[in-house]
Amino acid sequence: MVKTGADGIKEVVPPLTDADVEALRAGDRVRISGVIYTGRDAAHGRLLPLIEKGEKLPIDVRGQIIYYTGPSPTRPGGVVGSIGPTTASRMDKFTPALLKLGLKGTMGKGYRGQAVKDALRQYKAVYFGAVGGAGAVLSRFIKKVDVIAYEDLLTEAIRRMEVENFPAIVVNDCYGADLYEEGMKQYAR
Amino acid sequence: MREIHASAISDAVKKLCTEANYDLEPDMLRAFDRALTTERSPAGRQVLQMLKENAQLAKTQKVPYCQDTGFVVCFVELGQDAHVTGGALGDAINEGVRQGYTEGYLRASIVKSPFDRKNTGDNTPAVIHVEVVPGPQMKIMVMAKGGGCENRSKYKMLTPADGIEAAKEWVLECIRTAGPDACPPLIAGVGIGGTFEKAAILSKKALFRELRSPNPDPAVDAIEKELLERANRLGIGPQGYGGDTTAFGIHILTYPCHITSLPVAVTIECHAHRHKEVTL
Repeated sequence: MVKTGADGIKEVVPPLTDADVEALRAGDRVRISGVIYTGRDAAHGRLLPLIEKGEKLPIDVRGQIIYYTGPSPTRPGGVVGSIGPTTASRMDKFTPALLKLGLKGTMGKGYRGQAVKDALRQYKAVYFGAVGGAGAVLSRFIKKVDVIAYEDLLTEAIRRMEVENFPAIVVNDCYGADLYEEGMKQYAR
Repeated sequence: MREIHASAISDAVKKLCTEANYDLEPDMLRAFDRALTTERSPAGRQVLQMLKENAQLAKTQKVPYCQDTGFVVCFVELGQDAHVTGGALGDAINEGVRQGYTEGYLRASIVKSPFDRKNTGDNTPAVIHVEVVPGPQMKIMVMAKGGGCENRSKYKMLTPADGIEAAKEWVLECIRTAGPDACPPLIAGVGIGGTFEKAAILSKKALFRELRSPNPDPAVDAIEKELLERANRLGIGPQGYGGDTTAFGIHILTYPCHITSLPVAVTIECHAHRHKEVTL
């Protein structure tokens, strides 16, 4: 679900439909609530062979958001450690295949390659930017964390997280727009 | 000969690792405040405000500023009149890293082999650079170096005929291509001169200098100021969302070089600029 809040910030609650994705434009500020999943290099490295063989994945990605992050360890009694985004382009190799399966959102920081941008248009999906290096602040929006696959990968395991009002921005939308390119053009002197 | 026990080194490194990850240096906090007064982009200001809060939260709650708590890069200036007892220097440093990262709830981000990619589980080993200097003391400088920005660091061997103008263009090219990937506002450490590896090491060491402190060489200081001004005209801005604050500093270290060479190495450092030092 996507709806615009009173303050103009868009509320994003997975699972997302094509229509939800179409309502998100590059540069839109969003708040994400509900369930999202974590996954980064090593986990993606395990998912891709499963997809290629047509096997079942440990998570049903349809309509979901994968957050590229590897949290720092949780202190006793805490929910999670520091949890900001990692560089998304390292996942570019894996992303189109997941979008084809119905993944609707990815979240990280930094540029996506053209193949991912094309896949966002083709499969109607969106790439969110979270503020890199703000892992302490971002941990405040995480309410519950469970490792659900690949525990041996430690920080790189796949986690299911319940989040509330997690702040992000739409970097690449399903129309081909790119916040990084537009922002740079606007402020270059 | 002054004796320094390995356990004192481990204790010092442990403390430096944890403090670096929780407690940003005051020059960085001043840089956030200053940028908030000059940044035109509303999205950029929101990012800077969040980073300021992040630094405060990290310090008060002892939660790492960034989840990537870094590869420990350790520069040691070892006085030639000091002698390490009770173990090897490298082992003592790595023991400090192990204790700091496991006891401080810092992330283990190092894999044992670049091929099999199995995590060592305690963020060891560190990258250690030792320089022997006069005197009986030991200075330990620790940096928790983030991987995302490190991946955007680059090297280029220019020719003497290319000259300093080409070196300047290369530094700006590195900042431009790093863009949002390297978590701007960033700091560029630049090593110019020496050999291939010397330039790279200088580019790391250059990052330890306090932001906005002048380069001791007035000619190099002028280059730094020019590059910083030009970098902030690129438009990348905080997190790459567009804006005026792309870099907080360009720090250059130089070394004599061969008549054939003009090596230029650029270490890209993100705003999670975590470093601490101590003299034993």
